[in-house]
Amino acid sequence: MDANKTYDVIILGSGPGGYVAAIRSAQLGLTTALVERDKLGGVCLNWGCIPTKALLRAADIRDTILDAENFGLSFSDSNFDIKQIINRSRQAAMRLSKGVEYLLNKNKVDVIKGEGRFTKTNELRISNNSDQTTTHNYNNVIIATGARAKSLPNIAEPNGTSIWTYKEAMTPQSLPKSLLVIGGGAIGVEFASFYLRFGVPVTLIESMPRILPSEDEEISELATKQFNDQGMAIKTNSTLKRLVAVSNNSVTAIIQNSNGSEENLTFHRAILAVGIVGNTENLGLNNTNVKTVKGHIKTDQWMKTHESGVYAIGDVTGPPWLAHKASHEGIICIERIANFDGVAPLNIDNIPSCTYSRPQIASVGLTEGEALENGYKIKIGRFPFSANGKAIALGEPQGMIKTIFDDKTGELLGAHMIGSEVTELIHGYTIAKTMECTEADLIHTIFPHPTLSEMMHESVLDAYNRSIHI
Amino acid sequence: MPINVLMPALSPTMTEGNIASWIKKEGDKISTGDLLCEIETDKATMEIEAINDGILGKIITPDGTENVPVNAVIGIILEDGEEASLLDDNNAKAIHKPDNNADSDAKKQIDNGVPNTYMESKQASADSEIVSKKASPQKNIARIFSSPLARRMASQAGLDITTIKGSGPNGRIVKVDIELALKNRTVDPDQGKVEIEQPGVSLDKTLRSTSPYEEIKTTNIRKVIAERLQIAKQTIPHFYLNIDCNVDALLEVRQDLNSRNSDYNISLNDFVIFASALALKQMPECNASWMKENIRFYSSIDISIAVAIDDGLVTPIIKNADQKGLGTIAKESRALADRARSKPMSLKPEEYQGGTFSISNLGMFGIKEFSAIINPPQSMILAIGAAEARPIIHENALAIGNVMSCTLSVDHRVVDGATAARFLKVFKGFIENPLTMLL
Repeated sequence: MDANKTYDVIILGSGPGGYVAAIRSAQLGLTTALVERDKLGGVCLNWGCIPTKALLRAADIRDTILDAENFGLSFSDSNFDIKQIINRSRQAAMRLSKGVEYLLNKNKVDVIKGEGRFTKTNELRISNNSDQTTTHNYNNVIIATGARAKSLPNIAEPNGTSIWTYKEAMTPQSLPKSLLVIGGGAIGVEFASFYLRFGVPVTLIESMPRILPSEDEEISELATKQFNDQGMAIKTNSTLKRLVAVSNNSVTAIIQNSNGSEENLTFHRAILAVGIVGNTENLGLNNTNVKTVKGHIKTDQWMKTHESGVYAIGDVTGPPWLAHKASHEGIICIERIANFDGVAPLNIDNIPSCTYSRPQIASVGLTEGEALENGYKIKIGRFPFSANGKAIALGEPQGMIKTIFDDKTGELLGAHMIGSEVTELIHGYTIAKTMECTEADLIHTIFPHPTLSEMMHESVLDAYNRSIHI
Repeated sequence: MPINVLMPALSPTMTEGNIASWIKKEGDKISTGDLLCEIETDKATMEIEAINDGILGKIITPDGTENVPVNAVIGIILEDGEEASLLDDNNAKAIHKPDNNADSDAKKQIDNGVPNTYMESKQASADSEIVSKKASPQKNIARIFSSPLARRMASQAGLDITTIKGSGPNGRIVKVDIELALKNRTVDPDQGKVEIEQPGVSLDKTLRSTSPYEEIKTTNIRKVIAERLQIAKQTIPHFYLNIDCNVDALLEVRQDLNSRNSDYNISLNDFVIFASALALKQMPECNASWMKENIRFYSSIDISIAVAIDDGLVTPIIKNADQKGLGTIAKESRALADRARSKPMSLKPEEYQGGTFSISNLGMFGIKEFSAIINPPQSMILAIGAAEARPIIHENALAIGNVMSCTLSVDHRVVDGATAARFLKVFKGFIENPLTMLL
């Protein structure tokens, strides 16, 4: 670590926000340092997106195996080794983390193992893991320190044994005998879906009237039905009053139901998935003008904080807590710093959301409710998986693709999908929204047959009463 | 605040110069001391420097512009963080037209507070020149880049997309550019239509009242009225003429006619319709519409009468009103009004869309006088007040007479003050001397 070097950009945190910003920064010729206290790649790579998708893939394969007879195949047993399932996910994480290391080296980004902290205006003190500190005057600092799972003080605190957060949830020593998942957002739903499919009795509780409250209402409803059919117990409008670890192997939850009654339920394990809070502590932010609100750093559309020369990107700035949002914010931030031509602020309506449970859920833009609230007169198209050739051939007949258009201009306001592989399909609609396509462009696009993607076409046709296959 | 770059005086005697070439281009970052452009006079060519930091937001006088007067605005610099939308407002104030002797002479000829037409038409041509200068985004551009949504929105709004500056990739025109243009523009009078505000735009919090309220969705008829009258008020240069008519004689004639035949019930308004029609016949230049490149003179005299109905207002038309007798007019106006008020309204669109002149009468409510809003594409509307007993001067003495105040709203683009005044004089002549309507 060279204390004499003044970097053009110092980035704190190497998650999808930080490492992407670092690489772009180097591409644009800025001298860049990236400070990381743990593994490269941040939560996403190591304890989030990547390992969970590896785990969920194992669950998907198991589902197919359990259904093998339908396809004329037979397996003598459907055993599984939870340790190997987890091991594979850890290996995936490690492999990608090494990949990030390679990319940073290739782009000549100085990676500093340690933590950064503002000591006063214009001064950043970096202490590395060997307790050496260097002080840097900076030109630009980007805070990309990410976020962590929220706990519920006085109600439920993780204890590492029976009350889990995401970290323990993805590295269990053995399968729980029963599981309570608290929080019906994407993270809770994914864990619930994973464990359910390995035979764990799962109860999912959510304080809002429906699970996946940020998705379109119809999608929440369809997801709930499918989860119920798979054997998941779902309680909505239910609030956790208290979670007590009775022993290492038992937790009791006091839950207030929608009708106001309280019930005590006991489980082997519980997972807290009640939200995210930014990592804003220990940065010395009180020595700067950086403002935080509810545990997140306040920024403008160019990711600037209230302190000149200091920026913040990704989960630490607030919702949506998505890796691709962090990456794009990183790019926008760096390109503005580098005076790159033609940078536009992030359009929140064009950020897709994906949930990798079974069924998968993917969406972009406004929900039906949001579109109506905003005063739009809308056209809605729906197309079910059951009417799609490929879906039937695959043996995946459940799901739906819903599109919402501005009646007046034909603008695609939102697209909402539930079913097999939809997380891989949603990009088609995000491209359409980025290019400001209207329904005419989508109607004239030729989708290949036979694919699930054809449903995206038919959904648009349905919105204009022109669908052929339904 | 955007900063105007002015044509400097390179010497004490310099009055104007030419822009040789711009060194900085639109969108370039400017630092104090940077060379902006080269100016040439017959004596020398010199470069001018920037005295502020910022971005060169707009070049007003591009390369090769000649005879630019000293102190004319040649460019605009936006300071950090300012938006390009500020440029439009600035332009409107900043453009300096070369002095023209004819202009200043014309300025002196102002009659009765109504702007002189000669000066006005000079201004109009100057204005359109400015608009076209502003409109060309770049020289020699063969292709306009725009998103499908932007193209559709522009076409729905009747907006010429080539006049819009794009903020998208490679200068692409995108949705926000159209939204901004619609917010800023004054409506093209030819279209007679304006875009209804995009949904999702909410009233500034500071303008909201704290009183409790109930919100009811606007009906279609209310939307149409709002749209049309907003366009009319915003785009038509209205002026108003008022004349009081003594209706004593008219009231007697009316009483006489109505007593003879129970078939007819001729109202005061029917006389007004007839008199207007005859006045228009005498002054066909008032029976016209502004079509920008042309003025359309109508060959028939179709009078729209404003009828109040439950949720709003409709204007059924009496066609060829100059060719119908008073009795016919009375019958038709009564029938049309009844059908307008029926639920559901039984008027067909061709019975209320169109017309060449409008009459609005609020006399039955006791309104003394008022000014109405012209119904585009018509050029005039006559607002009739209550006929009431008022003190009048008769043969140099105070007397009492029945007087009706009439206010004519006129589109100044089509009809000028003197012409409109003459129309009213003729109209008054008919009203005050009803027998002349027989001629």
